Amino acid sequence: MARESNEAFYWTLFSAGGVVAALFIPAYLLLFYISIPLGWVRVPSYDHLFHLASMPIVRMFLFLLCSLSLFHWAHRFRYTLYDGLQMKHLNEVIFTLCYGGAVLGTVVAAYLVWNFV
Amino acid sequence: MRARDMKTQAPKIAPQYTLYHPRWYRERVSTYWWLQQKGYLKFVLREISSVFVAVFVVVTLFQLNALRQGPDAYEHFQHWLRTPVALSINIISLCFVVFHTITWFNVAPQAIPPIKLRGRKLPAALIATSNFAAWLVVSGVIAWLVLR
Repeated sequence: MARESNEAFYWTLFSAGGVVAALFIPAYLLLFYISIPLGWVRVPSYDHLFHLASMPIVRMFLFLLCSLSLFHWAHRFRYTLYDGLQMKHLNEVIFTLCYGGAVLGTVVAAYLVWNFV
Repeated sequence: MRARDMKTQAPKIAPQYTLYHPRWYRERVSTYWWLQQKGYLKFVLREISSVFVAVFVVVTLFQLNALRQGPDAYEHFQHWLRTPVALSINIISLCFVVFHTITWFNVAPQAIPPIKLRGRKLPAALIATSNFAAWLVVSGVIAWLVLR
């Protein structure tokens, strides 16, 4: 595999995903998945959310947020398994599962935002 | 050249030459090495935060799908968000994601190339602080867009 030479590429995706995840996920998660379900804030109407999510820039943002975050996960989780659980000998399997998952999530995200309206 | 000479000179009945493999002494590291020190544990928790980043993405993909399908599907999704299981997952995720944000911004000054301003290096604290400021602004913008 030409994996080793691509390490910089994967690291760039990891790094970009790390920035995007750090900046956007806490607010998004706290707002949509904790504050709104617990009734801490006024529940936004479906129409408002649909209108927001149908804007091209928001769809682009959601796509990048999902995809880059997954590539961030793939890289970090891969090394967690290698070093944390000393599973370096399962290198090929872990690599395929992690990046396969990230690619699958990217395809799903692309399908959802592309066919949103 | 030398190798060929040796080969031609070697007697035909010479015993098979086996390579000598030195075995270094290596202490066996426990699989749970990261539980032995606070610093190691923090490192592993930081790495595990990525799992919750992935969990967040999966939930968000379901949210997008529900939003796309219509008001009934979205109401169903919101109903699921109010279940104890969903709330527990999301509260744990929030803790890990915030941990990711803090650790990520704190190492940013070491990860990016040094920025020079009027010949002087920008202090690390300023870079980290500006990252946290950006985090605040972005969070405010998200809340404003959704709740207005």
